[in-house]
Amino acid sequence: MARIVDRRMDGRNKSAVNRKRLIRRYQAQVKKAVTEAIARRSITGTDEGEVINIPAKDISEPQIGIGRGGLSEQVLPGNKEFSRGDRIERNKSGAGGGGSEASDSGEGEDDFSFEISRDEYLDILFEELALPDLIKTKVVHQKTAKPVRAGFSNTGVPANLNLSRTMRLAKGRRLAMTLPMQRELAEKEEQLEEEESKPIPNQLLTRRLREEIAALRSRVLSIPFIDDHDLRFNQFVVNPKPSSQAVMFCLLDVSGSMTQSIKDIAKRFFILLHLFLNRSYETVELVFIRHHTTAKEVDEEEFFYSKETGGTIVSSALELCNDIIDERYDVADWNIYVAQASDGDNWGADDAVCEKILVDKLMPKLQYFAYVEIESNYPKKLWDYYENVARIHPEFAMRKINGVTDIYPVFHELFKRKDVAAMGAHA
Amino acid sequence: MLAEKREVISERSDWTMELIEEYNAAIADIAKGEFKLDCYPVQLEIISSEQMMDAYASVGMPVGYAHWSYGKKYLTTERSYKRGEMNLAYEIVINSNPCIAYLMEENTLTMQALVIAHAAYGHNSFFKGNYLFRSWTDAEAIIDYLIFAKNYVNECEERHGIEEVELILDSCHALQNYGVDRYLRRRENELHHEKFVQSDREQHLHNEVRELWQRLRQDEDIDEEVAETRLPAEPQENILYFLEKHAPLLESWQRELVRIVRKVSQYFYAQKQTQVMNEGWATFWHYMILNKMYDRGLMTDASMMEFLHSHTNVIAQPSYDSPYYSGINPYALGFKMMMDIKRICENPDDEDRRWFPDLAGSDWLETLDFAMRNFKDESFISQYLSPKLIREFRLFALKDDDEEEHYQISDIHDEQGYREIRRKLATQYELGYREPNLQVYNVDVKGDRSLTLRHYRDNRRPLSDSASEVLKHLHRLWGYRVDIETLTEEGESSITHSCG
Repeated sequence: MARIVDRRMDGRNKSAVNRKRLIRRYQAQVKKAVTEAIARRSITGTDEGEVINIPAKDISEPQIGIGRGGLSEQVLPGNKEFSRGDRIERNKSGAGGGGSEASDSGEGEDDFSFEISRDEYLDILFEELALPDLIKTKVVHQKTAKPVRAGFSNTGVPANLNLSRTMRLAKGRRLAMTLPMQRELAEKEEQLEEEESKPIPNQLLTRRLREEIAALRSRVLSIPFIDDHDLRFNQFVVNPKPSSQAVMFCLLDVSGSMTQSIKDIAKRFFILLHLFLNRSYETVELVFIRHHTTAKEVDEEEFFYSKETGGTIVSSALELCNDIIDERYDVADWNIYVAQASDGDNWGADDAVCEKILVDKLMPKLQYFAYVEIESNYPKKLWDYYENVARIHPEFAMRKINGVTDIYPVFHELFKRKDVAAMGAHA
Repeated sequence: MLAEKREVISERSDWTMELIEEYNAAIADIAKGEFKLDCYPVQLEIISSEQMMDAYASVGMPVGYAHWSYGKKYLTTERSYKRGEMNLAYEIVINSNPCIAYLMEENTLTMQALVIAHAAYGHNSFFKGNYLFRSWTDAEAIIDYLIFAKNYVNECEERHGIEEVELILDSCHALQNYGVDRYLRRRENELHHEKFVQSDREQHLHNEVRELWQRLRQDEDIDEEVAETRLPAEPQENILYFLEKHAPLLESWQRELVRIVRKVSQYFYAQKQTQVMNEGWATFWHYMILNKMYDRGLMTDASMMEFLHSHTNVIAQPSYDSPYYSGINPYALGFKMMMDIKRICENPDDEDRRWFPDLAGSDWLETLDFAMRNFKDESFISQYLSPKLIREFRLFALKDDDEEEHYQISDIHDEQGYREIRRKLATQYELGYREPNLQVYNVDVKGDRSLTLRHYRDNRRPLSDSASEVLKHLHRLWGYRVDIETLTEEGESSITHSCG
C-alpha cells in the first residue's frame, strides 16, 4: 500500500536561499535597476518592487555544445510536399536547419528578468547606507514606552485610586445593601410611634420594638462605608511609543535661475532622502519650504510644480525653517533633518547671514543638514560660506550634482557610514 | 465481464485523501496485478503549486545544495506558470526507493489519477527496470547522498565563503556533461543495426570495466607523474573525474565539490538518454491503466473525457512548420511507439512480419517489458520504429551541409527511406551526436602544466561559441593554461581554443 503524505503544510520557500544567491550574484544589475527606478518614480511610488533585467549573456550557464556549421542531418515530422532530393533555400523559414536541436547551448537569447519585492528593493537601495548618527539609528529599533490610560481596574496601587468612582460604587453598594433593613426600620419606627401615641401603650410591645430598632440600626451601621469591592483604580497600559519620529525639511530655491531640469534633480534627491528616513523612522513628517526672496511653507504639490520668478535670498528659508522648528518640533522629541537644493545663486550680502543662522541657530538643533548644489557651472559664493559651516559642524554635508545620474552616487556618499568614532563624539 | 462491473469511485471532480487512496489502490491493482509492472514502493506527496515550482527549480531533486542557478530556474518556472504557459501537473517523480511522486493540490481527481498512473507506476517501473537507471543511479542512496551534498556545500560556504564555493560550483556546472565515462564513440553508425541489444550491454560492461581500470591506473599515475609517463595515459572523457583526481591546485574540499557535481550529474545521465522511452512508457501506462479503470466501471464518462482531453494534448505532435513546433515531442513518439509495438504483437500485417519477424505474434507485455529494460532512446528507435509510424509522423530527413548552397531533403517516408530515417532519427538521440566528443588529451607534465583537451570533430561540426566561456571555467579548476585541440576528420589537429 502506498504512503500518502500531505506536504502542503511544509515549508514553501525551499528556493528562497537560491533566490538570495541569485540576487547576491547580480547585485550590480539589481542596483542599477533600482537606481533607474528611483529616477522614474514619484515620492509616493515606493510601495512596489521592481523588475530586474539581466542580460542573457551575463546570466548564462555555459555548456559546450555543437555549433552551427559542418554537415548535419535532422529528422523532422509533418512532411507535406517534399520528395527526396528537393532543395530548399537556406533562408526559407520553417525548415531552418538546426532548429531547437542544434542550438541547445544558445537557448534563451532573451534577457532574464524577474521581480524583486518592495522590501528587497528598499534593502538593496539602502544596503550600505546608514544614518550619520549611528547611535541614533540603533535607538530607532528600541522603542521607548509610554503609559496610556486604559480604563479602570479593581486592583492597583493606592496612588492610582480613582476616588470618585470608588465613592460612587461604595454609595451604591451601601444603598443596595441597607435598603431592606431601612424599610424594616421605618416600619418598626412607625409601629412604635403608633403604639406610643396610644393612651395606654403596650409596654411589652414597645420595648420589643425598641430593641428590634436598635438591632436594625446597628446592622445598618455595620455595613462598611467603603468595601474592597468598591475600589477602582486608574489603569495604565504601557504602549510602545515610537521615539523615532523625524521631520524632514525640504528647502528648494524656486527663483528664476532654477530651471525645470534643476528642480527635477532636486525632487529626486528629496524623494531619496524621504525614502531613507521613512525606512529608519516610525514616522517621518515632511515640511516643504520654497523660497525666492521670501520663503513660504507649502504642500508637496505646490512645492514641486508651481512656478515663481525673482531673486534669491536663501536666509529667508533658513529663518522660516528655524521658526517652524521652534514652534512645532521640540528638539527633544524629533530627529530633525534638513535637505536643501539650490543652484547656488544667492543675493551677495545674504551669504554671511546664512552662515550665521546655520552656525548659531539651526545646526545645534539638527541631526543632519544636506546641501546639494545642482548644475552650478561657475563657483558660487554661498558654497564658500557653507564650507565654513561644514568645518564647524560635521553633520553638515554638501555636494555638487551635475545630472540625474549623479543623484544616487551623491546620496550614497552623503550618508555613507561615517567613522564610528567620529560620530560617537557627536552623540 | 459483468461480474467485474464495480461501483464508480467518485462522481465528483474534487479529490479527498480517501478518494486518492481508493484510486491509488485501484491503479496499483491494475498496474501490478493485470499488467505485472515491477515497481518500487510508492509514496504520494500532496503539494502546493509553490512547492511544485520549488521541485522544478531543483530539477526534481527533493533536496539540493544552494546555488544561484536554482534560483534562476525557480524564477523562470514561476514566470511561465503565472503566464499560464505551463502545466505543472505531470512530471515530477523522484527516482528513489520509495518512489516519490508529487500530486499538486490544484489538480482535479481525474488528473490525480492520471499522475498516479503516469508517475507512480509508469516512471516508477521504468526507473526500476531500465538498464541505464539500474547501472547509473542508485534509488536506495540518492536522497542520502543529496542531503550529504547539501550539508557539505553549506559547510564549505561557512568555512570558505559563499563566493569561493560559488566559483567552483559554477565551473563544475559548466562541465557537468563531462562527468561520466560515456560509451566509446561509434564513428560508423551504420554498423549497429540489428545487434544493439547485445552491443549495448557489451558496451555498458566495457564501460564499467574501463571505469575500474581508470581507477586503478590513476593510483599509479600519481607515482608515475615523476617518471616520464603521459598524463593521462589514454584520452580521458570524464573531465570532471580527471580534474578531481589530477587538478594540481585544488584543495581537498574543492575536489569534493567537483565530485559532488559529477555524482549528481551522473544521476541525470540515464534520464538524458531515455527521454522518449521513459515518457513513452509512462504515457502508455497511464493510458492503459485509466482505460482499464473505465472498463471496470470505476470511472465516470465525464472524468474519462477529461482524461482523454488531457492525454491528447500531451501526445500532440505539431509538424515542423507549425508555430507550436519545438522538436519531436518525446511523449508523442514514445507513446506511439509503445502502442505500435503492442499492435505489432497482437495484430501484425505483412509489412510488420517482414520488418519485425520476432515481434509479430509475441506476447505484447513481455515484449514491451524487454524493450523497456534493455534499451535507451537511440537503440530503442533503431530497433522498433516501424514504417507505419514513419508514415504516420510523415518523417523526413533534412541535410544541412554548409558547403552547399541549399538544404536538401535526403529521405522521406517511402520504402527507400524507412531504414535511413530510422537510423538518422536514432542518431539524433545518441548522446555522442548531441554533445561534442571532448577528451582530456594531454598534460604538459614536465613543462608549463598546461592541459590539452581534444575535440574529436565529426562531420565538420564545430564547437559552439560558448566553448571559450566553458574553457575559462576549466582554467579556473585546472589552474594553468588550457587548450582545446581539434582533430579533424582528416586526422589533422590544431589548437582552436585557448585560455590562460
